[in-house]
Amino acid sequence: MDVLPFELALTFYFAATIVSITELFKESKITSRIMFSLAGIGFVIHTASIIYRYIAAGHIPITNAHEATSFFSWCIVFIFFLLQFRYKVNLLSSFIMPVVFMLMLSSSMLSREIKPLSPLLQSYWLGIHTVFAFMSNAAFALAFGVGLMYIVQERHVKSKRLGGLFERLPSLQTLDEINYRLITWGFPLLTLAIISGALWAQSTLGSYWNRDPRETLSLITWLIYAIILHARLIAGWRGRRAALMSMLGFLIILIAFFGIKFLKIGYHVF
Amino acid sequence: MKVFVAGLNHKIADVDVREKLAFNGPKLEEGLKRFRELPEVHEAIILSTCNRVELYANVKDNQRAAEAVKTFLSEFHNINRSSLDAGLYIYDGVNAVRHIFRVASSLDSMVVGEPQILGQLKDAFELALSQKTTGILLNKLMKKAISVAKRVRTETRIAENAVSISFAAVELAKKIFTDLSKRVFMLLGAGEMAELAAKHLISSGVKEVLVSNRTYERACDIAKEFNGKPVRFDEFIDEMARADIVICSTGAPDYIVTKGQMQKVMKERKQRQVFLIDISVPRNIDPETNDLDNVYLYNVDDLQGVVDSNLFERKKEAEKAEKIIDEELETFLRWQSTLDSVPTIIAIREKAEEIKKEELDKLFHKITGMGEKEREAIEYMAAALINKMIHPPTAALKEDSEDKDILVATIRKLYGIDGKKE
Repeated sequence: MDVLPFELALTFYFAATIVSITELFKESKITSRIMFSLAGIGFVIHTASIIYRYIAAGHIPITNAHEATSFFSWCIVFIFFLLQFRYKVNLLSSFIMPVVFMLMLSSSMLSREIKPLSPLLQSYWLGIHTVFAFMSNAAFALAFGVGLMYIVQERHVKSKRLGGLFERLPSLQTLDEINYRLITWGFPLLTLAIISGALWAQSTLGSYWNRDPRETLSLITWLIYAIILHARLIAGWRGRRAALMSMLGFLIILIAFFGIKFLKIGYHVF
Repeated sequence: MKVFVAGLNHKIADVDVREKLAFNGPKLEEGLKRFRELPEVHEAIILSTCNRVELYANVKDNQRAAEAVKTFLSEFHNINRSSLDAGLYIYDGVNAVRHIFRVASSLDSMVVGEPQILGQLKDAFELALSQKTTGILLNKLMKKAISVAKRVRTETRIAENAVSISFAAVELAKKIFTDLSKRVFMLLGAGEMAELAAKHLISSGVKEVLVSNRTYERACDIAKEFNGKPVRFDEFIDEMARADIVICSTGAPDYIVTKGQMQKVMKERKQRQVFLIDISVPRNIDPETNDLDNVYLYNVDDLQGVVDSNLFERKKEAEKAEKIIDEELETFLRWQSTLDSVPTIIAIREKAEEIKKEELDKLFHKITGMGEKEREAIEYMAAALINKMIHPPTAALKEDSEDKDILVATIRKLYGIDGKKE
């Protein structure tokens, strides 16, 4: 039963991805409406599948790789809709939906078995810590997409070749501001995730900091985004540098996320 | 009954010739009235813009109409009749319709895709409507031309890219900044092209205008014109930190903004994006400035490059537009052919025969045991009935009358020949 909604959501995201990619070549009001409907339906079904797993497992469904990747995609789509509702960034879907689809696809290939929750993780901290962590990472994922759009648009303007996506991509300043806004969303969430994680570790392991690789990488990510924010406010690092840094930050998140899963080190492995 | 076009445009006539033939101001109304009064002309429209003068008409004989129009033009504008013989293009029928569609869609314009022509055509049509100089053919043609132009506008990207340097600068500014109305604009120096670009930028709404010039009085004058603030020339580099868009066009023989200076400016403005437009020749802003992060420097050749590639793009789009026009041309000609009397006569007869057959079948089905003789008599009566009914309209259609197109359209409507109205 839990298979069907997930596959359905995957299918809708796949269709939305195809439409969003065709939009890179030809775009109209109709294609964007189709894209949003497909992604929207996918999102609703996806939400239902997560709620279903929540009820079946009795805790937030992010305790195995399949669930975690799926929940991460859900967070990205959630913030994507939030962003589109507020800013209407043209072509953003073409840069985000493929990422969502790839994540969902990898999620679909991972084991879906609901294993009994290890006593280490049985805590109300599980929900708090992971929601903060995933939401912050999703905001950074969006910042990655917007950063990439900035880099593409910047190349057009700088090199004076105004073909391709130049016409349809938003202005540099808009992209720069949204990239910054996403980091100001993601950064406090990441801070909360780290604090709640430390408190949780203290309550179960007796120590705030256990040199788990995930903890170390999170701290590095936190530092990168702290530098981005700081450099922007003090030294006026904006534009291309800020975009590149935000992309680097997200790459480290991806390495942390998948690297740890495949290397199976530390207690963030499930 | 044919569509007829006589005229001249920027391609075949210089401005001094176009000027002489222009129908401007009160001349237009008077000219239209007299054009319509020519015995060869049944419907009339005059389109007169700075790039073209065209007379559209519904005529029966295009040869005679062409002669009449030439005589009319030479008398009305008081110019030599013989100079018109070679200096006009004359189209009729399909070619005339195609020409009007192309004009409306801005394919025949000096700058292909420029949007003004459609408005001018609408105005010309409106005047003709108010002067009652048009009828069924040109009314339909104009409405069709306007809808074709709209279709071309929405289905091709013909009007999308800027094709002048100053428009290209505005387009670029809009791709660097979110909202021009929050941006500060600085004009360095003066010059026709720089001022034109400045005008375009300012009319798209900037927050503040700064003007600097080697002579402070000149800066004050220009600042007054643009509602801006004059800046002394030795202070412009300090003020530049506030400027988001700078147009530079001074007569200086070398760079007045170096890379080092710009670096300082960028630091002061916290690396916020800046758009520099260097229209001066020789250049006044060090081209290496473009290597700095968040600095976008365009010189006159760069902008011209943008314009050229846009023009190339427009040419490709124009080919798509021609295809659309071909399609629409066909539907228009199909409609026009229905205005011919012969197909209408046939259609009325067919319709009547159809009704006769239907009713006879019903009758013979109901009443059985009828003899051959009775049948024949009833059939004869039915035929006589429909013949008598359709004789007057057929005769009227065969008659040679001036308002035949109206008659044809009316009869088609009364007899319901075209089915539903399109």
